[in-house]
Amino acid sequence: MNLILIAVISLGAIALVLAAILYVASKKFAVYEDPRIAQVGEVLPQANCGGCGYPGCSGFADACVKAGSLDGKFCPVGGQPVMAKVADILGLAAGEAEPMVAVVRCNGTCSNRPRINQYDGAKSCAIAASLYGGETGCSYGCLGCGDCVAACRFDAIHMNPETGIPEVDEAKCTACGACVKACPKAIIEIRPQGKKSRRVYVSCVNKDKGAVARKACTVSCIGCGKCVKTCPFEAITLENNLAYIDPNKCKSCRKCVEVCPQNAIVELNFPPRKPKTEEAPDAPKETAAPKAPAEAPKVTE
Amino acid sequence: MLKTFSIGGVHPHENKLSAHQPIITAEVPAKAVILLGQHIGAPAKPIVAKGDVVKVGTKIAEPAGFVSAAIHSSVSGKVSKIDTIVDASGYAKPAIFIDVEGDEWEETIDRSTTLVKECNLSAEEIVKKIADAGIVGLGGACFPTQVKLCPPPSFKAECVIINAVECEPYLTADHQLMLEHAEEIMVGVSILMKAVKVNKAFIGIENNKPDAIELMTKVAVNYAGIEIVPLKVKYPQGGEKQLIDAITKRQVASGALPISTGAVVQNVGTAFAVYEAVQKNKPLFERVVTVTGKSVAKPSNFLARIGTPMKQLIDACGGLPEDTGKVIGGGPMMGKALVNTEVPTAKGSSGILIMNRKEAKRGEAQTCIRCAKCVSACPMGLEPYLLGALSENGDFERMEKERIMDCIECGSCQFTCPANRPLLDYCRLGKGKVGGMIRARQAKK
Repeated sequence: MNLILIAVISLGAIALVLAAILYVASKKFAVYEDPRIAQVGEVLPQANCGGCGYPGCSGFADACVKAGSLDGKFCPVGGQPVMAKVADILGLAAGEAEPMVAVVRCNGTCSNRPRINQYDGAKSCAIAASLYGGETGCSYGCLGCGDCVAACRFDAIHMNPETGIPEVDEAKCTACGACVKACPKAIIEIRPQGKKSRRVYVSCVNKDKGAVARKACTVSCIGCGKCVKTCPFEAITLENNLAYIDPNKCKSCRKCVEVCPQNAIVELNFPPRKPKTEEAPDAPKETAAPKAPAEAPKVTE
Repeated sequence: MLKTFSIGGVHPHENKLSAHQPIITAEVPAKAVILLGQHIGAPAKPIVAKGDVVKVGTKIAEPAGFVSAAIHSSVSGKVSKIDTIVDASGYAKPAIFIDVEGDEWEETIDRSTTLVKECNLSAEEIVKKIADAGIVGLGGACFPTQVKLCPPPSFKAECVIINAVECEPYLTADHQLMLEHAEEIMVGVSILMKAVKVNKAFIGIENNKPDAIELMTKVAVNYAGIEIVPLKVKYPQGGEKQLIDAITKRQVASGALPISTGAVVQNVGTAFAVYEAVQKNKPLFERVVTVTGKSVAKPSNFLARIGTPMKQLIDACGGLPEDTGKVIGGGPMMGKALVNTEVPTAKGSSGILIMNRKEAKRGEAQTCIRCAKCVSACPMGLEPYLLGALSENGDFERMEKERIMDCIECGSCQFTCPANRPLLDYCRLGKGKVGGMIRARQAKK
């Protein structure tokens, strides 16, 4: 009995002494932290995706409070509502940013881009790209192993099993850019969402000369420049046999889509056109590959 | 006890199907495509234009930088274009296309078979001649030979080591070259010794080539300072650092150059090319290529002009078998699958291996079972299971600390892994990323 008593008293005494030391230390060495950082942190979505350019949500909250201005600071996950709350807490004007979305700039489905060999290494685009140019004649296009799908923390990008090309779910995409970093072929681009989510972009990154590109893929950009000449707003530039549509200049008139001989320019979320044949109308939904005739994929043995 | 390197190593089946097949001179192709980047370092700069007439041995491209090598035409004819071609890895690379007409050689090349033993050139003259001939390491890494022969002044060469190990399964090009050209190789080795100013050379040959060891030992008696070292069969003994370890018992420190041990390592094929370049004025435009595989009708060793389409060599030994799963450029351990068989041979093409479907099939990768077989197999003393996991998770900073840059990409880890983990692929990826990080850091300084 005595033994237990001694143990309890001595341990209790030690605990008291240590607690006192800790108390003194916590008062003496306390670091003042702006309480607003915690407040801002609370309204952020805590996705820690890094899409804002800061290491996680706490880093972003810290930066917002310390910077004294919200210019150029935007939370892609929370969007404008969250930025408004942050602005309220800090008493600042919310940073304006256009809503963005990821687009996959490759339409090299199995039917558009025949497979000339077969990759059976580790299922990773990064590894495949470090080994060789890919299963098709186009060494620029999508490898289809799904590194972007694995990188997305919002379940917004999925591999279409029929086309073998990833598709972006606009409703879920926050434009954090994780897929852009994961893609070794630099196919994915973050573009402004556009009015009513309507977008026009060149769905190809092939820089080969026209004849080579055409041989490798039926919907590759061949650098013919027809779109550049047609565009009334000078929104299209041609570099290294590849056209690029500047989203800031594009007025979505879709004249380039009509003239492109390769169907390499994709229009998304537009109402169906009237005079075209039944095969052409674009799916008004969020498919990233509306131009491809949905044929059964040709699987090479 | 036979010598071998001290840590790691594996024993794949040797499968030397084409052993003792005499070297056949392959037919000159109708169209030769000569790649401009056939070596480590900057691709060569073409010095011919469309329409130019070239002879066999005409220099067609100049080295572009210190680590680069000249390139010579392997055929005579007219340059049809300078354009890109899809190389073995599926990427477009610049190349010179030549339409072949006849077989006219440069007059300076001595085409006789007489052995020229005497060499009265100085070390500098020899190195210059080797550089002019565009010789690169023929073991596969293709490092420009003249660069290797001029080590930084802080190091002193003590001996030359000739790599005649040929530890890759299936390949027999070096073996057959030794059997047919032992004397020439010895002269080549003497020239290399003179070039680096040493009087000792070791030729390391694995014990699975007893006839080559016997013949070379007999021939070496007449050449001062050359010693044949029979080695225990173990892969990857042909690795530069492993060979130095096996022969001199000195280890190359992490990050150090092999010359820090005083050894200059050259491939036996390179020694032969050096002989031809210095004594016969013949630049490097042809080499011995083994074409082999279990389903191949007639596995053979060819002396093929550089720029010959691989398909032509495959056809010459009976064509592509029906059950082909993969065609590999090089050996089964370090070689890479070809994207198509039209790709031309280059200076580093030591072999073409045709694997049938069953052999080529990769097993499905499973979770690491922590058996540590890869750790015991790694000849560089790394921990491949850890490197693989780090690469998979993108922790490249940690990979650098775990000495990924020491990896020689021999593939021993992947070979031993019972869970079929693609360890080599992960290591290669990590090595690429870490290499980029290091270069970026140096560029900042």
